[in-house]
Amino acid sequence: MVAALTQLLLFQLAGEVIARGLDLPVPGPVLGMVFLFLTLVLRGEAGANLEGTSQGLLQHLSLLFVPAGTGIIVHIHRVADEWLPVIFSLFISTAATLIVTALVMRMTLGHKAGDTSGETA
Amino acid sequence: MTPRLGELWVYLSASPLLGLTVTLAAYQGGYWLYRRSGMNPLANPVLIAVAILVSLLLITGTSYQTYFNGAQFVHFLLGPATVALAVPLYAHIKRIRAMLVPVVTGLLAGSLTAVLSAIAIAKLFGATTPTVLSLAPKSVTTPIAMGVAEQIGGIPSLTAVLVIATGILGAVGGSYIFNAMKLHSPAIRGFAIGVASHGIGTARAFQESEQAGAFAALAMGMNGLLTALLLPALLPWLGTWLGG
Repeated sequence: MVAALTQLLLFQLAGEVIARGLDLPVPGPVLGMVFLFLTLVLRGEAGANLEGTSQGLLQHLSLLFVPAGTGIIVHIHRVADEWLPVIFSLFISTAATLIVTALVMRMTLGHKAGDTSGETA
Repeated sequence: MTPRLGELWVYLSASPLLGLTVTLAAYQGGYWLYRRSGMNPLANPVLIAVAILVSLLLITGTSYQTYFNGAQFVHFLLGPATVALAVPLYAHIKRIRAMLVPVVTGLLAGSLTAVLSAIAIAKLFGATTPTVLSLAPKSVTTPIAMGVAEQIGGIPSLTAVLVIATGILGAVGGSYIFNAMKLHSPAIRGFAIGVASHGIGTARAFQESEQAGAFAALAMGMNGLLTALLLPALLPWLGTWLGG
């Protein structure tokens, strides 16, 4: 577990250093994720150790959102002042994203590869 | 408060121990309620934990900064957790290859729709620029969305709240929308909810079926990556419009 955690931190560190060093517009941990993904593709397997630790970390992923979510307290006035655009944006954009993604996939999938809907879009 | 209790409070409020403990306790409470509700998406544990913590901070008059001194240890783990997303992503690599064209086109269309419609609607209804920029990455998983928000000039902590709200909306509304569309393919249902509603949508997709869940996890990882690359690059093009 320690070895796997060290590995994750090293990839994050590499991502952080390269993102900042080259002034890339990508968050360091995201770059670390890409590096790890490419490493796994090259290596051909993740290994039980890394799999177990990642699973443990991702299983409690929602806990990790709590401190940031509590930050709403700092922005209560902003949300109260702008609740109308925020609510409309969240509702309409989320529905639109679901519909557009599904429609485009249904169109490009056609009738093969197990699309049981049999509909044409 | 008696003088002794007062002293105790001074000690506890200055130590990271209290912020860390209440964060874990509030989440445990939220998770317990979520289980008790039969995993109802409306009883989202993060939402409940945040409501408990905000109430506590307001009642005790504690500043967010003081609270965060303790909670930052939990917050820090978002970095390695983001890196760890590569592992489930790699586990689904065969599925990506098998459905490459629908997955890639669906991802591009969905990712662009999520970002552009969020910006356009917020702008249309008069949101200020920091709020618009905080809304832009709302469909991707929190650690990535917060990083992106920071990059583009949004407010990361506001983005975190908006991301969680988006996740709950997609998880609750997704099945109604897909049923109305007469869309039954688990791969498409899962992938679309993963693009729109990241991890919270993915959790919901796993309840529908294993296949839907796998595609949602895939979509969450891919959309996180694409949005992180695309949004900062798109922004200069939208710049004049946003500034106006």
